[in-house]
Amino acid sequence: MDYFWAFLIGGIICVIGQILMDTTRLTAPRILVIFVVTGAVLQGLNLYQPLVDLAGTGATVPLPGFGYSLAKGAISGAKDGFLDAVMGGVKSTAAGVATAIAFGYVIALIFNPKSKR
Amino acid sequence: MKEKLETEKEAQKKDQRKQKAKEYENYVKGFTPKPAYFSNSLKAFFVGGAICAAALWIQNLLTGGGMKETDAKTAVTLILICTAQLLTGIGVFDTIAKFAGAGCIVPITGFANSMVAPAIEFKKEGLVLGVGSKLFSLAGPVLVCGISVSVVIGILYWMLG
Amino acid sequence: MNNYNNTMRRLGRQTFDFPGCPVITSTGSVVGEKEGKGPLANYFDLILEEDMFGEKTWEKAESKMLKEAMLLAAKKSGKKPEDIDVMLCGDLLNQLMSCSFTARDLQIPFLGLYGACSAMCESLLIASTLIDGGYANSALAAASSHYCTAERQFRMPLEHGNQRPPAAQWTVTAAGAAIVQKNEAKEKTGPQVCIRRATMGRVMDAGITDTHQMGAAMAPAAVDTLCTHFQDTGTKPDDYDAILTGDMGFIGKQIVIDLMRKKGYDITPVYDDCGVLMYFKEKQDVHSGGSGCGCSASVFCGKIFRDMMNGKLKKVILMSTGALMTTQSSQQGESIPGIAHAVSMEVM
Repeated sequence: MDYFWAFLIGGIICVIGQILMDTTRLTAPRILVIFVVTGAVLQGLNLYQPLVDLAGTGATVPLPGFGYSLAKGAISGAKDGFLDAVMGGVKSTAAGVATAIAFGYVIALIFNPKSKR
Repeated sequence: MKEKLETEKEAQKKDQRKQKAKEYENYVKGFTPKPAYFSNSLKAFFVGGAICAAALWIQNLLTGGGMKETDAKTAVTLILICTAQLLTGIGVFDTIAKFAGAGCIVPITGFANSMVAPAIEFKKEGLVLGVGSKLFSLAGPVLVCGISVSVVIGILYWMLG
Repeated sequence: MNNYNNTMRRLGRQTFDFPGCPVITSTGSVVGEKEGKGPLANYFDLILEEDMFGEKTWEKAESKMLKEAMLLAAKKSGKKPEDIDVMLCGDLLNQLMSCSFTARDLQIPFLGLYGACSAMCESLLIASTLIDGGYANSALAAASSHYCTAERQFRMPLEHGNQRPPAAQWTVTAAGAAIVQKNEAKEKTGPQVCIRRATMGRVMDAGITDTHQMGAAMAPAAVDTLCTHFQDTGTKPDDYDAILTGDMGFIGKQIVIDLMRKKGYDITPVYDDCGVLMYFKEKQDVHSGGSGCGCSASVFCGKIFRDMMNGKLKKVILMSTGALMTTQSSQQGESIPGIAHAVSMEVM
């Protein structure tokens, strides 16, 4: 059952992205921003947590899940004081961001872009 | 008085131009084929769903191997990011994305791809100003907007106690 | 001093007449791998095995393609670079990188032209003007574009995962060069492709802001220039064997046909578009066809010029079309200005 919900919710979030891409002129980076901010704001209103409880990776792997982690970290940091409130978001997503930057840099050093056929 | 008249005329002209542009845009639409909405969405649904389900499978494998659940969740994210970046490096990701569209752009894999893709392309411009800065040319906005919102939310929660 | 006025060689406001009939003596064309698998493959002089062309960067590869095309054209006319009086060319990159760096190597007096994808006709027009005005005996007119350099400058990185909308066009990896020479009737041995007239375009903007709708953005400019050419020269579509636009693509082509019909011209029997001719639409997955400076340059220098020399075509209008937007202008919400220049040629 876990797999079903992960598949369904993850799929639906991607379909929303696809419809945005096909019907509007939004480019991929804009769509990424919209999704991350939406996830963060929803979690700020405590609305994204139920979806995560239901679908697990289906809600955390798509980009709203990134926004969700950011907001969740900030909210839990807020309990410990102002500084932790500011740091919380970055702290909770630090592993992913650090990996993406460091590994991405290495990959870019190794490989070359290819022309499309 | 005269100036006012002229600005009014100017505004009218602008409106007319806008109207004409709108008309032409609609006229052009008649010649433009529509994207395959249904099949695109179907592909996005299945690929996106599959990525999320695969993430869950990996997570279960890791917890089954004795890893803490919170650590496993982080590890899954890292695995997805590294896989997507590697696929970008070997030049496969764009082919998958052409088929799956949002199915692999909306999951964290799309974010990972958007970092490597411009960086790899600006390698010849140097390791600092080429690769170093271009890593963030597409992903930067995501980080900036996401982190800013999280800081605002954190401060709001702190103020509301 | 007043002699100049007596020999005014202009028809109407925008069209130049070339009574001396400058001759295109030879052409050279170099295309990329994908273009070499298209329907026109047999017409090109050189097809690259890989788009990097043995160079370290895409930009260098484009410069090399342009240089090769120029040298091929010069060689076919039996000329060395130092025999050529002036080199006119354009490409899509900032500060005309491909052309300037080619000019650095060839050491021919150089005028760089930016007209976006309209570069080929712009250079032919100015080459003819210089030759007919007596300022040069031979000129090199050329243009180039490369998918990878253009994509990097104007759109998304190559490896970025994105889907192209149906209206998107594919920047052609190609370079074309033509040698234009003074018409010396006594040397005539066979058929010659002469440039008779050329029309400078005005910038037209129909308010399109979607950078994927290039054909639609350029169509009004193409229609305006073509109608002006017909009016200024007193000709009509039936007078020509072929009318070719540069890179309207499949969508833009239909719009041009429709807009011309509204102006009272039926161009369908003779009209085609270089961006449409370049690829197999479905098999090569190019959506709305080819675009870029190299598109009209290579199709003209490859196919059209040969067809004219072989007697298949006699009177031809080549009209390269350009979209004059920048990445900044489209981010600032500006609409896309279009331009088109037409050159009419005749086998004599």
